[in-house]
Amino acid sequence: MAVNIEKEEKLIPSKKTKDDVLLSIQDLHVWFELRRFGFGHAGYVRAVDNVSFDLRYGEAVAVVGESGCGKSSLMKSILGLNKPTKGRILFDGKDINTLDTRGWHWYRRQVGYVQQDPFGALAPFMTIQRILEEPLIVNGVKDHVEREARVRKAMEEVKLYPADDFLTKYPHMLSGGQQQRIVIARAMILEPKLIVADEPVSMLDASVRVEILKLLRGLQESHNLAMIYITHDLSTVRYFSERIFVMYAGNIVEKSPVGDLLKHAAHPYTDALLTATSDPDSRNAETFKEIPPGEPPSLVSPPSGCRFHPRCPRRIDNLCDIEVPPEFDIAANHVAACWLYK
Amino acid sequence: MAEKTLLRLEDLKLHFRTTQGIVQAVDGVNFSLGYNEAVVVLGESGCGKSSLAKAILRLLPRNVATYSGKVFINDIDVMQLDDEEFRRNVRWLMMSLVPQAAMNSLNPVLKVGDQVAEPMMVHHGVKREEALNTARTMFQHVGVPEAFLDRYAFELSGGMRQRVAIAMSLVTSPALVILDEPTSALDVLTQANIFNVLKRLKRELETSFILITHDIATSSELADSVAVMYAGQIVEVSDAKNFFSAPLHPYSQKLMASVPRLRAEQEPDFITGRPPSLLNLPTGCRFKDRCPFRMERCEEDPPMVAKDRRLVKCWLHV
Repeated sequence: MAVNIEKEEKLIPSKKTKDDVLLSIQDLHVWFELRRFGFGHAGYVRAVDNVSFDLRYGEAVAVVGESGCGKSSLMKSILGLNKPTKGRILFDGKDINTLDTRGWHWYRRQVGYVQQDPFGALAPFMTIQRILEEPLIVNGVKDHVEREARVRKAMEEVKLYPADDFLTKYPHMLSGGQQQRIVIARAMILEPKLIVADEPVSMLDASVRVEILKLLRGLQESHNLAMIYITHDLSTVRYFSERIFVMYAGNIVEKSPVGDLLKHAAHPYTDALLTATSDPDSRNAETFKEIPPGEPPSLVSPPSGCRFHPRCPRRIDNLCDIEVPPEFDIAANHVAACWLYK
Repeated sequence: MAEKTLLRLEDLKLHFRTTQGIVQAVDGVNFSLGYNEAVVVLGESGCGKSSLAKAILRLLPRNVATYSGKVFINDIDVMQLDDEEFRRNVRWLMMSLVPQAAMNSLNPVLKVGDQVAEPMMVHHGVKREEALNTARTMFQHVGVPEAFLDRYAFELSGGMRQRVAIAMSLVTSPALVILDEPTSALDVLTQANIFNVLKRLKRELETSFILITHDIATSSELADSVAVMYAGQIVEVSDAKNFFSAPLHPYSQKLMASVPRLRAEQEPDFITGRPPSLLNLPTGCRFKDRCPFRMERCEEDPPMVAKDRRLVKCWLHV
């Protein structure tokens, strides 16, 4: 099953355009088994259920959802940290779960990861130079002159200059924004094709957030990177991605180009998310918002049919509570899993 | 500002002693708050917002270097009271606090009903049954099912725990509730629900709120007026309507421009540089190093200027 990736890479130098699919998620299920007293089976946590999408070269998508909707499990499966229960993840046409050890080495070079909490993601006992060199050492860049040149180049890309001021420092000596830049530099240093950013700015101050997001967006465009931006904040999404996937309780309920979704949200859950997001406006204080009551369901025994139906203001009885809605076309590239559009 | 003042701060200072020197967390804050009014204190992290809440409630750590100024509640200077009098007569009865990450501040081994009832028993000296009844009413106000009185904190979701913390702050019916980042750890829908609850409480119980936050967009959900804090000082006080449409201070303008908007075509901008360290503050205007309108006069400390019933601490408006 395992293919010799490195050999293949050399034979076919990859020249890919924006239309080629880089990452293809097919019918992905990630379930975690619950144990009773350590050995008895007690059901599954269905963190990701029946998720499929394609990501093209150089495309930025945002995955939006509340905590516990499965976005982190999806991300971890893409990074290869979770094994899917069912379904396939194809990267450049290769199923990542059939890779051998060398294949994994290759794959890990292709995917960069920007963590949520920069301070937690940087080893406190390493200098910045050591942190940024580490991936190069692991991947066999033996020449230390080349390593230093690449470290400096990466620091320049994330606009931390002069680099000498930072190289000998430790993470705790930097501000949150600077730490996050180091995390981004580390994710970029092996020149990956895909960056997975898990809430990259939620731990940062409001005035710094935009700066970091603009930096990420700039790098994504100039290096033609594909990017998966995981967030719960809809207001930042429009500036930093082309498409949005909305997740609820382990399912993707709506996929749409950004502009389309903000103008005509199709799924009632997306609609609720948009309603709940405020713009600074003093008129907000005079009105109440119509927010669906309740909390997201337990993923151990999710509701039958559409998982949003117990909270949905527009539910159709005897349909939404029985049958799982398939994806219906709303407009070009815009689909919603909701019976309202059958 | 309203005619009758509930709370008035005059030159309130709170400095901390650390091994590196004196931290001037709150440095000469003046403002007032009327009855049934909500003021939002906005600012970046490390600007002294939470210390301001602590200074008002006199919840002080041990390393205080300076604690001075005047705090008037109903025109009574509560700074004159000693700690025991303050605890007996002011805290909980006149004002209460919903601390940062309040949902994690609940006691894990007590039922939430008993926790909510406790301030009633301590401060009003009522029996447990009566206190529980008040707690039940408060649960209704914040939208928590009454059956939850008998539950423990770990049995509730984050949003429900936050509501319980708000119910606790309201149980002794204080005139003022200070909310320190009440929704920053919550999901978007839960956050919107909590703000609905706060708005309803403001109408039904006529409580005043001080909302401390860095989230400008959601702060507009509750604000009657806005106070912007920068490096330990208040740089602008304004009514919400004018503030959100046209802030006066250059820092407020930059802060507003950094908010990504969902419904308007406006590229968000960011503020270059970092706020000064509270250990080593610059002389003159504290924002001058990041300010696009910097002038020579900014080397001197700008006065607080009144302009159309708004206050702004900037030489541009003198």
